[in-house]
Amino acid sequence: MALEVKDIIKPENLVYAKTKLLTERMLHYCPGCTHGVVNKLIAEVIDELNIQEDTIGVTPVGCSVLLYNYIEIDWHEAAHGRAPAVGTGIKRLRPEKYVFTYQGDGDLAAIGTAETIHACNRGENMLMVFINNGIYGMTGGQMAPTTLEGMKASTCPFGRDVEHDGNPLNMTSIVATLPGTCYVTRQAAHTAPAVRKLKKALRKAFENQKDKKGTSFIEVVATCSSGWKMNPVQSNKWMEANMFPIYPLGDIKDV
Amino acid sequence: MSELRLMKGNEAIAEAAIRYGVDGYFGYPITPQSEVMETLMDLRPWESTGMVVLQAESEIASINMMYGGAGCGKKVMTSSSSPGISLMQEGLSYLAGAELPCVVVNVVRGGPGLGTIQPAQSDYAQAVNGGGHGDYNLIVLAPSSVQEMADFVELAFELAFKYRNPAMILSDGMIGQMMEKVELKPQKTRMSNEEIAEKYPWATTGKPSSRERNIITSVELDPYAFERFNNKVQAKYKQMHKEDVRFEQFQCEDAEYLLVAYGSSARICQKSVQLLREKGIKAGLLRPITLFPFPGVELEKLAGQVKGMLAVELSAGQLVRDVRLAVNGKVPVEHFGRMGGVIHSPEEVVEALEKNFLKG
Repeated sequence: MALEVKDIIKPENLVYAKTKLLTERMLHYCPGCTHGVVNKLIAEVIDELNIQEDTIGVTPVGCSVLLYNYIEIDWHEAAHGRAPAVGTGIKRLRPEKYVFTYQGDGDLAAIGTAETIHACNRGENMLMVFINNGIYGMTGGQMAPTTLEGMKASTCPFGRDVEHDGNPLNMTSIVATLPGTCYVTRQAAHTAPAVRKLKKALRKAFENQKDKKGTSFIEVVATCSSGWKMNPVQSNKWMEANMFPIYPLGDIKDV
Repeated sequence: MSELRLMKGNEAIAEAAIRYGVDGYFGYPITPQSEVMETLMDLRPWESTGMVVLQAESEIASINMMYGGAGCGKKVMTSSSSPGISLMQEGLSYLAGAELPCVVVNVVRGGPGLGTIQPAQSDYAQAVNGGGHGDYNLIVLAPSSVQEMADFVELAFELAFKYRNPAMILSDGMIGQMMEKVELKPQKTRMSNEEIAEKYPWATTGKPSSRERNIITSVELDPYAFERFNNKVQAKYKQMHKEDVRFEQFQCEDAEYLLVAYGSSARICQKSVQLLREKGIKAGLLRPITLFPFPGVELEKLAGQVKGMLAVELSAGQLVRDVRLAVNGKVPVEHFGRMGGVIHSPEEVVEALEKNFLKG
């Protein structure tokens, strides 16, 4: 006789549970998308640090615009690219709160370049999470500032031609040069060890706020199976082979 | 204690903001309003009232810092001049869409483009029609003296919080730069975080277990839900027209001709009314104080009394459209205005009224 689900999910059999601070809403992300994992890790860290009542998040425009539906904290949904300015306004007026922004590559490294650089340069005492999958996901797979040379997107259908389109922009390396940043790291979330490292980085970044150290900046090199037109497994392999050489993982700065 | 001072309009705005208990100012330098932030930085209110003052990297950043602060239930303001206000339009649309109160001061200079640093009223249409994308309006107050620059800081915040809607003080380079006697109100205490959490249950104060999470947002992907939201916002604008129209009348009781002017132009028109009356022409002046909500009902009443109206403004003709809409063809409505930073004289206004209504 086949085992029924209700018999399997008995409390005594559970080895893993839904993260406490995640809501009941079903994620709108595509299968294989990195966002869901990073959202969950942020919820876990906020819960483990017991700072739910003291955390305010800022969501961007892009695939993670609706992130505020998933974590049980107070949120601001910012205009495209402006999350670091919105975060600045919150943090300056409520300096005792933990503030984080969450942005994609188009939001943070194209339309919001000025806000990103100046928030980091002022050393705003907050965390900026940067999801880099080298493509505009929500609008349907257009070229991003971080799209790799030769990589295809709907607005560079023959692959990014650096003579015509410019070079991939490495924002994380740029902000690491600014004295306002205290912690700059590039992580991923495609394997169990990577997830553990990313969670450690997120925890450290929230703790940096308590110590008033300045801006913590975490890039997550990510996949976009829909935009890349690959299945999730292919996407992870392609990311390792092509994204990691240009956006190598590891800490760039830790003051 | 209140205090009498001789000040520039821009300085008065800064002083009044501190005294009213504003929590945060975010700005970017632009002539002719840079004295606002300069005065604030000089007075260092973060040491006295705890008010935050920050110079942003752009007007785009400053309006979005406002979005952050306003969402926390804080009283935040910015000031700029025409080109900078154009850059803020996206943010203003988001603030209106998220129903956030805040105060934006526009010390208008002549446009289009980089234009001039001289006074103008050519941002009227942008201010009263919302200015950015979508169906929304700002509450728009038009000061015509340095005293009103100071007083309207409080009024603008009161209205902004009453309606949870951004308010704009639409001034110009003349009011911003000129010096007049001004009575400054006594210092008020800023609201505590606990008072904010209690008074503004929508504010992002950090989610306690006792309430649902607060989300400051303007996105709604369900068209029917978003239409309901739009209807709710439109109802607020209707309420403003019922409860918060403000205007001033000058010698309107027996007027046969009416000048309609706001801000610095209204100052000039007061003198024109006097000159016209000396010539035996019964002129009056209606000065809208709120440009949105507009005193259209009052103008419609006066349309039954006067033979003609002249909208006088430092622009090619923007206020005149609202006057024409209000009187709906009952009386002729003409326009007179100088542009590009040129300020009309009281005599030019007299001449324009005579030419339009009394000659030929």
